[in-house]
Amino acid sequence: MIEVKNLSKSFGPKQAVNRISFRVQKGEILGFLGPNGAGKSTSMRMITGFIPPSDGTAVIGGHDILTAPVDARRKIGYLPENAPVYPDMTVYGYLDFCAQIRGFAGSERLQRVKETIERCFLTGVEHQTVNTLSKGFKQRVCFAQSILHDPEYLILDEPTDGLDPNQKHEVRLMIRKMSAEKAIILSTHILDEVDAVCTRAIIIANGSIVADDTPEKLRARSSVHGAVSVTLGAAAADAFTACARAVPGIRQIELLETSGEALKARVFPEDADPLVAERLVTALAAADFEVKSLFVEQGRLDDVFRAITTS
Amino acid sequence: MKTDEIINHVSAIFKREIKAYFGSPVAYVFIAIFLLLIGFFTFNISHFFEMGQADLRAFFEWHPWLYMFLVPAVAMRLWAEELRMGTIELVLTFPITPGEVIFGKFLAAWAFIGVALALTFPMVITVMYLGEPDLGPIVSGYIGSFLMAGAFLSVGSMTSALTRSQVISFILSLFICLFFILAGFPPVTAILADWAPRWLIDIVSNLSFLSHFVSMQRGVLDLRDILYFCSVICFMLFANGIILQQRRA
Ligand SMILES: Nc1ncnc2c1ncn2[C@@H]1O[C@H](COP(=O)(O)OP(=O)(O)OP(=O)(O)O)[C@@H](O)[C@H]1O
Ligand SMILES: [Mg+2]
Repeated sequence: MIEVKNLSKSFGPKQAVNRISFRVQKGEILGFLGPNGAGKSTSMRMITGFIPPSDGTAVIGGHDILTAPVDARRKIGYLPENAPVYPDMTVYGYLDFCAQIRGFAGSERLQRVKETIERCFLTGVEHQTVNTLSKGFKQRVCFAQSILHDPEYLILDEPTDGLDPNQKHEVRLMIRKMSAEKAIILSTHILDEVDAVCTRAIIIANGSIVADDTPEKLRARSSVHGAVSVTLGAAAADAFTACARAVPGIRQIELLETSGEALKARVFPEDADPLVAERLVTALAAADFEVKSLFVEQGRLDDVFRAITTS
Repeated sequence: MKTDEIINHVSAIFKREIKAYFGSPVAYVFIAIFLLLIGFFTFNISHFFEMGQADLRAFFEWHPWLYMFLVPAVAMRLWAEELRMGTIELVLTFPITPGEVIFGKFLAAWAFIGVALALTFPMVITVMYLGEPDLGPIVSGYIGSFLMAGAFLSVGSMTSALTRSQVISFILSLFICLFFILAGFPPVTAILADWAPRWLIDIVSNLSFLSHFVSMQRGVLDLRDILYFCSVICFMLFANGIILQQRRA
């Protein structure tokens, strides 16, 4: 378990991280979200022991990062922001160096390095020096370094930054596959990624936690969550409004687009009643409207993110 | 078990750094410059051949002055480069102590200078060819020179942790090294002698690399001199550690 207790960091007068606390259990993938400069990287640097906190601490698998840093770090795999890898080393040489530092020797070391190169799709570039690699490959080398020793705890700062869509997909799959016996924290600006991999998300803004929930529950905070979006063929707005109003359980009707060919509207139910959509379909069909599409909005993380971090 | 681990960590860092030194053409340029300069000073300035003495005094006396320029150049990349590229974030979050990293890096740079120093062996062959030299002063001169290089290097390693800029690190360490030389340089101590009390001059000149290197050049391996260089190295590397810690706070 990763236990973050009251972690704070100030740089001079600037409070970069302000008393954040949370726990991550094995099996969880925690998404760390927040606007630029919110303090995500700073928090991760403190959890991995790179910078000392101004206050508070983090306990990794029972080892306090301040009092037993080496034991704690042994259990961590860390991918820092911007993937800093020695540019003058070859991919193989670098991973071999990391394996030696992690205490692997002999044939086990060879095995580990080879296996990691394959897992991270680095076959073919392993004898190239890092400064000749493209950004995405460099990112993959650094990611490879973080999973080389099969750590119990993974801290990944923007792991898919700079990867192409296929690689993003592969890396997410890999993270999901590994998550059963690991506790993983990853930061990202891609909210789809949160939906795709995270079991939980924390949003921080100005150094404080402003939301801590599952992606589903966060989405439910969206103002359009549960609303029914309808697209009709050419129809009179008044007729549609009148028809929809007659359906029981409807709170509000919002017309989005009323051009000649199509009418788009969003219908808000009084409470999250799944039957509203059904009743609306029936009513519209009975009134001979041409229904082109109709679905219940799940709400979008983007909207929730914006609402939470700009308020 | 614990010592095994430390040795493993230090050797991993050492190997990486040694490869970084020898993997870059700058290393060979450096060694060439060192050998050329030491040859030039020994033969053209000190007139080694004309002196007609079968010893290496004329050779060793130039070492401090050459080290003053060349060792900071070797040391400047040690930490400044890690700071600039951000790779320090990964090194210092590996399950190893900062002390192991500092020591491993230091040893690698020291070994590199050791290689350059060892390549001056034709000097030894030359004096053996010219006459019947006393081997004692030659051996102790080499030991002293290597220790002194380590002391210069520890200064350079420390200043390198102060800044991301290799140039600034170089200049800072040049000045500190200059102090460590001049403090015991006879023309400087002579000026001091006019107005400063005797004990002060003794303290200052005892701080100097020169005073401790001189007797080694003459063939006297004094434990105090060896301890002096070792403590300078320890002190500077310790300061190096503190600086790294402060930088991150
Ligand atoms: N070494 C430092 N000295 C001074 N201020 C710093 C330092 N490191 C970070 N900060 C400040 O702390 C704040 C948080 O930075 P941090 O890098 O943690 O943001 P982030 O959430 O990772 O942002 P991004 O999404 O852009 O990566 C920023 O305002 C930044 O300017
Ligand atoms: Mg960041």
